[in-house]
Amino acid sequence: MFTTRLTGRNLWIAALILPPLAFMCLFLVYPILSAFAYAFYEWHGLARGEFIGLANFHKVLFEYPFSERTVNAFVHNIFVFFALMVLQNGVGFVLAYCLWRELPGARFHRIAVFLPVVLSTVIVAILWKLFLHPLFGVVNISLRGLGLGFLAQPWQGQDTTALTAIVVANAWHMVGFPTLVFLAGMQRIPTEILDAVRMETESEWVKVRKIVWPLVAPSATVVFTLLFVSAFNFFELPFLMGGVDGSPHGATDVLGLYFYRTAFGSMSASAENFGPGSALAVLIFLFIAILSSAITLWLRKREIQL
Amino acid sequence: MTTKTYDHRPGLLATLGRDGLIQIILIANSFIMLAPIVIMIFSAFKTNAEIFRSPFALPDFTNVTSIMKIWSGTNFPLYLLNSFIVAASSIAVILTLGTMAAYAIARYEFRGANFILLFFLAGLTLPLKLAIIPLFILMRDLGLLDTRFSLICIYVATGLPTTVFIMTGFIRTLPNELEDAARMDGASEARIMWSIMLPLVKPAMVIAGIQNAVPIWNDFFFPLIFIQKDSLKTLPQGLTTFMGEYGTDWGVLFSGLTLSALPVIVLYIILSRQFINGMTAGAVK
Repeated sequence: MFTTRLTGRNLWIAALILPPLAFMCLFLVYPILSAFAYAFYEWHGLARGEFIGLANFHKVLFEYPFSERTVNAFVHNIFVFFALMVLQNGVGFVLAYCLWRELPGARFHRIAVFLPVVLSTVIVAILWKLFLHPLFGVVNISLRGLGLGFLAQPWQGQDTTALTAIVVANAWHMVGFPTLVFLAGMQRIPTEILDAVRMETESEWVKVRKIVWPLVAPSATVVFTLLFVSAFNFFELPFLMGGVDGSPHGATDVLGLYFYRTAFGSMSASAENFGPGSALAVLIFLFIAILSSAITLWLRKREIQL
Repeated sequence: MTTKTYDHRPGLLATLGRDGLIQIILIANSFIMLAPIVIMIFSAFKTNAEIFRSPFALPDFTNVTSIMKIWSGTNFPLYLLNSFIVAASSIAVILTLGTMAAYAIARYEFRGANFILLFFLAGLTLPLKLAIIPLFILMRDLGLLDTRFSLICIYVATGLPTTVFIMTGFIRTLPNELEDAARMDGASEARIMWSIMLPLVKPAMVIAGIQNAVPIWNDFFFPLIFIQKDSLKTLPQGLTTFMGEYGTDWGVLFSGLTLSALPVIVLYIILSRQFINGMTAGAVK
């Protein structure tokens, strides 16, 4: 009697846990493990060919023109990461600090800053593409209207500003996220600590640097790590704003785009090339996994040392 | 913004100056956040000439030519329906499977429970986009390419980790007394879960639901890879086809953007607290 009840219970647990587990294995674990395996094979269209060892990796890292493009895209990812660190996380921290004050209207401003976050990247991309149009876009129309016509330029048409334009659009889209994560961190700071600080100093700067910044360290860890992962996974916005070839002249090419182009072909050469594509995916994956773990561990240590 | 210098004398004036600066920053930021959306909505009611001549002017809100063109002249309603079908089915499956797993992990002690939780949590950090080649081949082998099922499967897989994370945390906080009392009365485990525990889990389900709904509704990447047939395209994917078709008719483009954005914006304004809590749930401990 006891044993049947026990197996009944086990069956019930298995019935609960196995379907979700099976789903995860089929559509998450299996594809990721395969992604590693595929990189070591030659591919003929959609058919897997011979095992060729590290040849695909060698190709994307050291052979012209693949290597050139890999490096070009990688440098752009690094730029995107640092630019967003300032424009998204930096601005987000300042905004969080302002919202934390709970001045009149704070509720409205909090809702406003998060509004773009709920929009689709596609809407954001098309919106900013139209706004940045050299002749009819509101950005240049505004500049001309303010008498700053000399600053009006084809933002997305020239190498020097194309990637920055995409970064700015991304910052507009996502700045609400770090803002509200930082805000939640600040709201968790105990009022006793803040009262004690208020007795010690009147300087806002000292307060931010010595108390607020160290105490929101857990929020900073999350926000920095997520930005790192998304900066090196960057795909949708460059794809939609700069096109699959990273125009103009590869100025907006990033690893995600280059991977997509290699794997699924571009407009100009629509041939799948799953071998080098898989090798790129593995390299990006390892880079993100190793560095984001390192960043998390390093930032966590900062949290404990308080 | 940075020209303000702080003196160390406490006083009303200093406080007013500081708060004033904060208000200026917040108002400027809200203006930058909202102006593009307002211009987008205004432009939906304008002709090309009006958009180019006076982009900031109030439009004639009775001019719905462009909006009608999008609604009845394109596949927009179809894209909307597809997005709705895919998002609703995915969320139903995610919440069902996620709650099942979380319930088992949180309410029963069994060997491997911790390992299974860790397994789900590991999925939180995996960028599945990079496994798109094997996923593409898997979908082809399963015959799911160019079907809504391909999207639903992938969204369930990406949504489960956060859902299990949120639900396990919540279900663990529920008290044992009700459950034990029901067990004494001889209720079956399934009945305890369904009639006693699940009604208590609803708030966490709302959070998990919103957290999944927004990225699924907005996703562009997976439809781009899996869906070719125009009749199966989701809304974000459909919008990109308008960009090609109506590239020069900005009134129509802005109408398409407005029609896709407005339902989400209205819902967000009504449920802003739930949206914010849901979308930052993984990041805010």
